[in-house]
Amino acid sequence: MSDVSLAPVGLIVLPLIAAAVALAAGVARERTGWAIAVATLLAEGGLAAWLANAVYRGRGEILHELGDYGRPEEFAVGIELVADELSAIVVLLIVVVSLGVLAVARSTGPRGNAFFGAFLLLNGGLMGVVLTGDVFNLFVFLEIVGLATYALVASDRRPDAAVAALKYLIVGTTGASLYLLGVGYLFMATGTLNMADLAAALAGNAAFVDGPLYTNTLVVAGFAFIAVGLFVKAAIYPLHAWQPDAYAEAPDAVTAYISALVSTAGAYAFARIAFDVFTPAFFEAVPAAAWAVVTLASVSVVAGSTLAVTQTRIKRVFAYSSVSQFGLVVAAVGIAVHPAASPDAARLAIVGAVVHLIGHGVIKGGLFVAAAGLARTAGARTLDELSGLGREAPFQSGAMAVLALSLVGVPPTVGFLGKFYIALGAVEAGIWPVAAVILLSTVLTLAYAARFLERLYFTPRSAAPSAGADAAAGVAADGGENTAADGGDAGVDAVEQDVADAPGASLGLKLALVGAALLAVVLGFAGVEFADALEPFVTEVVR
Amino acid sequence: MTLIDLLATRYAYVLFALLVGTGLYMVVSSPNLVKKVIGLNLFQTGLFLFFIASAYVEGGSTAVIHGEGGGPYVSPLPQVLVLTAIVVGVALTAVALALIVRIYSEYGTLREDVLREVRADE
Repeated sequence: MSDVSLAPVGLIVLPLIAAAVALAAGVARERTGWAIAVATLLAEGGLAAWLANAVYRGRGEILHELGDYGRPEEFAVGIELVADELSAIVVLLIVVVSLGVLAVARSTGPRGNAFFGAFLLLNGGLMGVVLTGDVFNLFVFLEIVGLATYALVASDRRPDAAVAALKYLIVGTTGASLYLLGVGYLFMATGTLNMADLAAALAGNAAFVDGPLYTNTLVVAGFAFIAVGLFVKAAIYPLHAWQPDAYAEAPDAVTAYISALVSTAGAYAFARIAFDVFTPAFFEAVPAAAWAVVTLASVSVVAGSTLAVTQTRIKRVFAYSSVSQFGLVVAAVGIAVHPAASPDAARLAIVGAVVHLIGHGVIKGGLFVAAAGLARTAGARTLDELSGLGREAPFQSGAMAVLALSLVGVPPTVGFLGKFYIALGAVEAGIWPVAAVILLSTVLTLAYAARFLERLYFTPRSAAPSAGADAAAGVAADGGENTAADGGDAGVDAVEQDVADAPGASLGLKLALVGAALLAVVLGFAGVEFADALEPFVTEVVR
Repeated sequence: MTLIDLLATRYAYVLFALLVGTGLYMVVSSPNLVKKVIGLNLFQTGLFLFFIASAYVEGGSTAVIHGEGGGPYVSPLPQVLVLTAIVVGVALTAVALALIVRIYSEYGTLREDVLREVRADE
């Protein structure tokens, strides 16, 4: 049992079994779900650390053949699980975010064992998406993620949430089916479903194909279907219609979870397939595909930020903001594989895509947790209701301020780091429109993030007497800037002070907030570490 | 290849395109939520047909192999994929219908347009 190649299997199987255990345990004793979920996640944390240690310290890519069917004539028969530098970092993100959401869910609910069953199912599905090396297996895990998400969105049984979940289900299933259709086309062109074998067959390095298949109609059509299907899952404009409703109507803890991880899985899947299945050589043969990806993604960046500026409900602002951020990630993938990009530009863009993917997960998850905290403490659901809360709920407001600034891309946060790498890659590749789009979206992001800061710290509470309001706003502004500047340190102190005076916010919620704000700042200093850790993966993609 | 030849030899693929098109059209245009789900099922069924049709080998028999030789066999892999995809589809339909039951019990309608009016009035 000491072979690290078993870790990917454990990471997928453990939460799936635990999901069934949580449901079964719920029959005997209610309210056991949380403990089961935490125990599972801690075990997963151990496995993930073991795996990451092996991947980053020497072993490189770790491969596990399920069923051990072997590779007769160099082609895989069974399903392979693959953990490389890209998947290991996303696995770590999933474990960290899941633990954070569990800390929040303890107090905010939903509490039933069925909820934690679906939660663990989603967790297992995400692990599967990240670790699988087989395109059909990826479809199955995407659907497991989808099914669990639809159930979670509707898990507090509110009718509005059910309508949002049904809309999500119909759009999401159509997207997944389009992906499946694309996989069918690829399968017909190459006869294999294994990602590595697909790449070899497409490049013409297999005995049963004559020459590269890149310009084959089936392959190009397959790429189009796969890209559109995964764009639906990642909520790229104009395929994002399901996402704002689902985020806004889901229970708070669920919103934090799915905003941080579910679209991330879609964007990850697209990156994985663009880098490892089609590879830059495909985009060189079919430059239109690269242009289409970059153009769609850029439109998504601008449209998402513009729509976010026009929203008044907190959760909707952040939801549309995700449309724009995933646009950025996909744009970075598009730049990395673009024929115009030099190897240096491609390297920068790949690192940028991964950093932004991870950074967005941390930031957006944290922002939704902060929104949940403000909703519980002060009942604030719209931007206007945030007025003056900087003083009333300094802790949640401070975390929200740090994370919002990170979303804008203020250095030294992870939001800045990701955008910086992507913009640098775009400039280096000479794709100037994307660089301009990143600048424009930063301005628009500032526009909506600044509205949060303004409402929290500079607008007096409407009910407060007007004489004292100015002074109050001034004091609050000072306090807020301190929190924002000191990042995590001020936050940690605040935990101890605020436990008593903010009744709605639990310790778990605050811990999750501190964690998110700290991570958003600390990861901002880890640019070199990110680049080093990803180096083998980047080299393999760029060649 | 003339149209007649196409219909005579590739009718499964023509049917696939028809089913997928009809299914997608139902999802988009039908105001009835249950019919949308039926459309989704039709769409997926078209996909399954596509996979199964691709597995066909002329004169091939079922890929249950006893001993050596005995070929040609139809390709078993797409059939296994479709089996998995059917299971996924059933689970999706179940969740969709559960959500529709919840919506109907709250708003008393299955029609999307009526639903929008009812929710706007609240």
